[in-house]
Amino acid sequence: MCAKPVTKKTPSSIKKYDKELLNHFYDVMSKIRFFEQNIQEKFLAGVIPGFVHVYIGEEATGTGIMSNLTKKDYIQTTHRGHGHTIAKGADPKRMMAEIFGKKAGFCKGKGGSMHIADFSVGMLGANGIVGGGYTLATGSALANKMMGKKEIAVVFFGDGASNRGTFHEAANMAAAWKLPVLFVCENNQWASTTPYRTTTSVEDIADRAQGYGMPGVIVDGNDVFAVYEAAKGLIENIRKGEGPALLECKTYRIGGHFVGDPEMYRTKEEVQKVFTENDPITRFETRVLAEKVMSQAELDEIKSNARKIIEEAVDFAMQAPEPDPAELYQDLYV
Amino acid sequence: MREITFSQATLEAMDEEMTRDETVFVMGEDIARQGGIFGQFKGLPAKFGSDRVKDTPITETAIVGACVGAALAGMRPIADMHFADFVGVCMDEIFNQMAKIHYMFGGQKTVPMVLRAPDGLINQAAAQHSQSLESWFMHVPGLKVVIPSNPADAKGLLKSAIRDDNPVIYFEHKSLFSRKGPVPEEEYFTPIGKAKVVTEGSDVTLVSYSLCFNHALEAAQMLGKEGISVECVDLRTISPIDKDTILESVAKTSRLVIAHEAVKQGGVGAEISAIVAEEGIDYLDAPIVRVGAPFTPVPFAKPLEMAYRVTPQKIADAIRKMF
Ligand SMILES: Cc1ncc(C[n+]2csc(CCOP(=O)(O)OP(=O)(O)O)c2C)c(N)n1
Repeated sequence: MCAKPVTKKTPSSIKKYDKELLNHFYDVMSKIRFFEQNIQEKFLAGVIPGFVHVYIGEEATGTGIMSNLTKKDYIQTTHRGHGHTIAKGADPKRMMAEIFGKKAGFCKGKGGSMHIADFSVGMLGANGIVGGGYTLATGSALANKMMGKKEIAVVFFGDGASNRGTFHEAANMAAAWKLPVLFVCENNQWASTTPYRTTTSVEDIADRAQGYGMPGVIVDGNDVFAVYEAAKGLIENIRKGEGPALLECKTYRIGGHFVGDPEMYRTKEEVQKVFTENDPITRFETRVLAEKVMSQAELDEIKSNARKIIEEAVDFAMQAPEPDPAELYQDLYV
Repeated sequence: MREITFSQATLEAMDEEMTRDETVFVMGEDIARQGGIFGQFKGLPAKFGSDRVKDTPITETAIVGACVGAALAGMRPIADMHFADFVGVCMDEIFNQMAKIHYMFGGQKTVPMVLRAPDGLINQAAAQHSQSLESWFMHVPGLKVVIPSNPADAKGLLKSAIRDDNPVIYFEHKSLFSRKGPVPEEEYFTPIGKAKVVTEGSDVTLVSYSLCFNHALEAAQMLGKEGISVECVDLRTISPIDKDTILESVAKTSRLVIAHEAVKQGGVGAEISAIVAEEGIDYLDAPIVRVGAPFTPVPFAKPLEMAYRVTPQKIADAIRKMF
């Protein structure tokens, strides 16, 4: 039987972290932030079409979790999937090209922001259908188990998506069959224009884990160390064959639901307060400097490298050729 | 006559019907706080309160299912689908429950509800946010399916749908919401099941609906200048389909073209072609022509989406080839 969900606290010290992992955290979070800022700018300038949803303010969650995975583990992500995709190791150039609708994109320009996938790094797809990923991740985990592989599947979903019926159906199947799935709820407080508390029966989504007989853990999603360690514990058990788990990361959606959202449903002050007090990147910087595990010079170097990589990705995407209209008919069947 | 947008026209229909009948209410995702993605619910929450303009959890299944249940218990619910693409999530509630209850239970209970479904291409929204799925529903007995092309019919059909005792699916094209058109100030209804001959012509009948009907009108104008006289029929309802208006028009022009944004294969055009082949083949002087989207999902990149789209030019080209 599983007990009430536990809250995993931040580690009391980060001195034990090796340099490579610290650098990795900062590199990935910085890349995601720059990536998303560039996307916002280009979308508002009318260069990027379609619908785009950015991950600003939630970087610690994807980064902390993905740092426990290899390229052979699978992830299913959502409409807000750029951050997960970068953290899983996909090439930002080809991601950017996809979002710009170019042939060099991961999906040859057929998918766009909401439909990026990079199967070569185990990123099995973003999804335009909220709650579309649970059952697919469960099936990929089933395949891994049937084939005797030790890799797992992770499915990301929002607080809003937690109310889809597919959550129940996948969680039950995964738990009944002890499948290697980690369910990660990124509770960013908002589902589009709706505060999750007005449409959700529980305060903590992780409470639901008990109903499926799986462990539930709650963590501060804006603290990359806490997320990393909480995920590490759960993933180790999943890899051992103990079955699925649910991790709820408490975070906040700094941007609008989509780029261009008028955000009439909340105040600027609410958003600014979180950004000032609880920005995951600022919190990381403050902590590593305070505990003297990284220097300002090291941070600066990683950050400027990340900026350069993302700027190169934008240039690449801007200059890349568009697909030929005849490609419309390609890839329907093999 | 005054001109208002398609979105305002639907808003007036909702407002009038909710004022008249307290059992009419609407629920869906993100409709209250920001007035709906296309502004189609603006002002309603302030006027009718959050009980009658309800933001729901993300659960199309429970939205439609609960509307069916509420209809059985005496309300006249309206379910909003956010994007028509999400109907896949609640198909069982639509085709096994909503559509069948009246017939299957021997006519004991009606299911007076409307399912509003914003569909179609807009702003390169790609494969899962751009589809036109109306033909799926014309295959399901028990449903009525309406699909206006302009603000006046948007209002008139929505009012008729809300008052209808049958379940009605109301497709509203996302690219139409901001378009303006003349709408009478006095109360009126657009009848469900009646197509409309919008421009008379003698050489060819062009049947279309929704946004694509506007493309059809443009095509007809181009062709008019070239000496081809096109009769444009706006279907407005695809189920039950108005056979008589189509057959009468074909009897007059002897040629038939059907144009829609949806995928051509298995589309509304196929049904109309079959009807005319069965009941009006003798009227025809040329093979029937269908213009529809290619048999692919909706692609994202601009050149691909452009190639995918049905345009006035593509419709006009198809018609030119008939002569
Ligand atoms: C089945 C389905 N219903 C509705 C939508 C429209 N929609 C897209 S994102 C979204 C809100 C999602 O909220 P949440 O799951 O909390 O994720 P977040 O956007 O906060 O990351 C909604 C309602 C959709 N894409 N798919």
